[in-house]
Amino acid sequence: MSSADRATLARLLLERGVEVSCRPDAAAATGDPSGGTTVVVGNFGGVVPHHGLGVRVLDAEGVDLATLATTIERGPEVSAGGAPVAWKPWFPVIDYSRCTNCMQCLSFCLFDVYGVSADSKIQVQHQSNCKTDCPACSRVCPEVAIMFPKYRHGPINGEEVTADDVRREAMKVDISALLGGDVYAMLRDRSVKAKSRFSKERDDERALKERQTCLIALQKDLDIPPEVLAALPSPEEIMAKAEAARVRGLAAIQAANPDSKV
Amino acid sequence: MTSSTARILYCHCAYAKVVPPEVKAAVLNGLSEADVEFDAVPDLCEMAAHGDARLRELASEGPLKIAACYPRAVKWLFAAAGAQLPEGAVRIWNMRVEPAGAVIQGLLDRGDGAGDGSLAERAE
Repeated sequence: MSSADRATLARLLLERGVEVSCRPDAAAATGDPSGGTTVVVGNFGGVVPHHGLGVRVLDAEGVDLATLATTIERGPEVSAGGAPVAWKPWFPVIDYSRCTNCMQCLSFCLFDVYGVSADSKIQVQHQSNCKTDCPACSRVCPEVAIMFPKYRHGPINGEEVTADDVRREAMKVDISALLGGDVYAMLRDRSVKAKSRFSKERDDERALKERQTCLIALQKDLDIPPEVLAALPSPEEIMAKAEAARVRGLAAIQAANPDSKV
Repeated sequence: MTSSTARILYCHCAYAKVVPPEVKAAVLNGLSEADVEFDAVPDLCEMAAHGDARLRELASEGPLKIAACYPRAVKWLFAAAGAQLPEGAVRIWNMRVEPAGAVIQGLLDRGDGAGDGSLAERAE
C-alpha cells in the first residue's frame, strides 16, 4: 500500500477504536493473545499470504479505504443493531508522586468514582461513574495530584505543576463548604430567619432561589457541567455519602498510619 | 521479550479534541512515509480505564517512544493500568503543544534508541 493509503486507513481505523500496527513484513503477524482478531491488510495482488489461527487477511487492492475500514471494524459477522455508543474515557488519573493519601477526593466525589485499595491507598475504582467533562474533584485536591488528561487547561490536563499552581490550591474553597452540609445548613438557617422576620409560612420559592444561587457559584468555581449539577443527589443523600466517605477515608488513613492520631 | 531498538507508540486521542487534528494527521503520515514499524492505539485513556494488558506489555518491552499528550498524564495513565514505564527508556512527545514536524523528527531519530531518561516534557 502507498504510505498515503496506509496513513489514511490507519486514521480511519483509529477513529473507529481499532488498534493498528504497521509492520513491513505482513507474514510476521500473529494472533492477538488476548483473544481479539488480528487483521492483516495489504496489497497482495490476489495472492493472499497464509496465516495461522486468529489472523484474518484482507487484500486491499482495488478496495475503497472507507469500505475497508468498515469491513475491518465489523469483523466476519456484521453485528445486529446500531454502532456501539462510544464512551468518552473521562476519569481522574492520580499522580501518586504528589498524592498524600489525604482522601479529600474520596470525601468529595458524589459518584463513587474513588475507593480505597487493599493497602489503604486512594484509588480510582469506578472510572465509568465519573461524569463526563466534570473536573471538580481535581480542584479540591490540595496537592494538585489529580489529572484529567482530556481537560483543556493545565495543570489538570497533566501539565507539570508549578509553585503558582500549588499556591492557588491553598486558597481553594473550603472543602467542608462543598460537601453540602454547610451550604444546606446555611440555606436552612437563612430560610428560618427569613420566615421569622416576614412570615410564619414556608417560603419554598425563596429557598429554591437561594439554593440555585449557591449552586451557580459552586459551578463556576469548580467548572462543573450544568447537567452534573442537575443530576446531584438530594441533600440527605449527599450528607449520607459524605459521612460514609469520611469514615472510609479516616479508616484508610488510620490503617496506613497506625501511630498517627486522626 | 525486550529489544534495544525503541518501539514507537502513537496515541490517536480518539475521544477528545485536545490534540489538533492536523498534527495527528501529519504525524501518522510521517510515520507511514518513513516505512517504520509502529503501533497506533485509538486512545490511551480508554486503555488505561479498562486496565488493558497491552499497556503492561508495551511498558516491559524495552525502549519506547510515545507520541501522545503531556508526559505526566501519560506516565500515570500507564500506572493506572498497572504498567510502570521504565525510567531512562521512554521519551514522550506532546502532540497537544509540539508541532508535528518536531514530533516526527523525534520519533524517527534513530540516534537515540534508548532515550535520555526523560519522562519530562521535551522543550522546543
